[in-house]
Amino acid sequence: MWAFIHKLGSPKWFYGISARLSPWFWAAAALLIVIGSVWGLAFAPADYQQGNSFRIIYVHVPAAFLAQSIFVSMAIAGFVFMVWKIKVADMAAAMMAPLGAAMTFVALFSGAVWGVPTWGTWWMWDARLTSMLILLFLYFGVIALRGAFSSRDSASRAASVLAMVGVINIPIIKYSVDWWYTLHQPATFSVTSRPAMPMEMWAPLLIMVLGFYSFFIAVTLMRTRSEILRREANKRWVRELAGEVS
Amino acid sequence: MPNSDPHLARERDAVSLFGEPEGGAGVAIRATLKRDLVLLMRRRSEVLNPLVFFALVITLFPIGISPDPELLATIAPGLLWVAALLAALLSLDSLFRSDYEDGSLEQLLLSPHPLPALALAKVAVHWLLTGLPLALMAPVLGIMLALPAGSYAVLALSLALGSASLSLIGAIGAALTVGLSRGGVLLSLLVLPLYIPVLIFGAGAVQAAIFGEGVAAHLAILGALLAVALILAPWAIAASLRISING
Repeated sequence: MWAFIHKLGSPKWFYGISARLSPWFWAAAALLIVIGSVWGLAFAPADYQQGNSFRIIYVHVPAAFLAQSIFVSMAIAGFVFMVWKIKVADMAAAMMAPLGAAMTFVALFSGAVWGVPTWGTWWMWDARLTSMLILLFLYFGVIALRGAFSSRDSASRAASVLAMVGVINIPIIKYSVDWWYTLHQPATFSVTSRPAMPMEMWAPLLIMVLGFYSFFIAVTLMRTRSEILRREANKRWVRELAGEVS
Repeated sequence: MPNSDPHLARERDAVSLFGEPEGGAGVAIRATLKRDLVLLMRRRSEVLNPLVFFALVITLFPIGISPDPELLATIAPGLLWVAALLAALLSLDSLFRSDYEDGSLEQLLLSPHPLPALALAKVAVHWLLTGLPLALMAPVLGIMLALPAGSYAVLALSLALGSASLSLIGAIGAALTVGLSRGGVLLSLLVLPLYIPVLIFGAGAVQAAIFGEGVAAHLAILGALLAVALILAPWAIAASLRISING
């Protein structure tokens, strides 16, 4: 177990294993997103109330899921980095942050576009849009804090602490904003009860969500690999890889 | 194996040479409280500036929106809370700044006493001289905004409770940015999103008091937020201070 964790902590080992894993995630992401989009946009039945405009859900909901999951993964990576000093975890956290912010923006933007046919306005101070907006600011904070330090080690540790503080606050913010205002439709996926959507609408959404998650893993692996090369550029194994040392 | 660590052994020798600090952590916390209080009382402007800022911002709203008392009364709870929150934010940057610059923050880190407790003492002083005065001043500004009667006590109480959480959360941001030369704007970016739950329930309490609903639930949640912040924030502040000093 410990040997495994130490191996996982070695950038060189991670570089090797991620090279083997990432094509699978890229393939899964491409396949699932293509199937999900075609099914969702062309074959799923139109909503009886919202007509075809509901199809934005196939981008909106996966992006919103990812926006929240990436923040949690970032905080977990930060915790792993702080406790076990595993550098790869910090590199992954640093590489996840912009993708998370982008996904939050996609969720906000698609929500705004969706608002035009359903509410008749681009923006509504509705509970979910508001907590998404706050999440976007939290991402900006983590990214800005990491960028503000000149020493990389302090930047990593400060960003990890802030991500952990943020992740404790996310549920508090979410519930207080929900309490503050509730206007949106009830939660799309519920763990306890059966989904209110019919199967034909729900299945492509699930496929899209899985596709988005594969995409997230694939992108994170790829970006972490280049970050490893950048940070370890002076190490022997990287120079051998680049052909500088024989 | 602590016995074989030469560094620890040296530290132990040093302690035996100079003697164990008398009284332990309690004395250290009291000394920190006293020192910070004295320092802030000698720099009165630092205590007064947030209050002046609070009054100024509140003055801007009737000028910017409308002097109509009915309109002002409906938005007064939110305005007072947002302005007080910004005033508290403004004072955060100086929380650790001067200690960082003159090196006493480093001494705080080097002391054998638990850093979270010492950080908590500093935050308590900050609340006592920023949050509490803001809470006491808010009813006066409430009169100027035609805040409906019956909500003044709740306004002060919610601000006193809420600003303690604001000081604790804000201190994490202040500790993270104290080592940066231009931390001010970054500090607000880090801290403001985390302030939102406190703002919601604080302004909500005043609204509820105006509409004659029960305010106990709001104040209880503000108290719960403060309890959580009291447990978790000191550790985060201590960790952040260590990062800022060592980096």
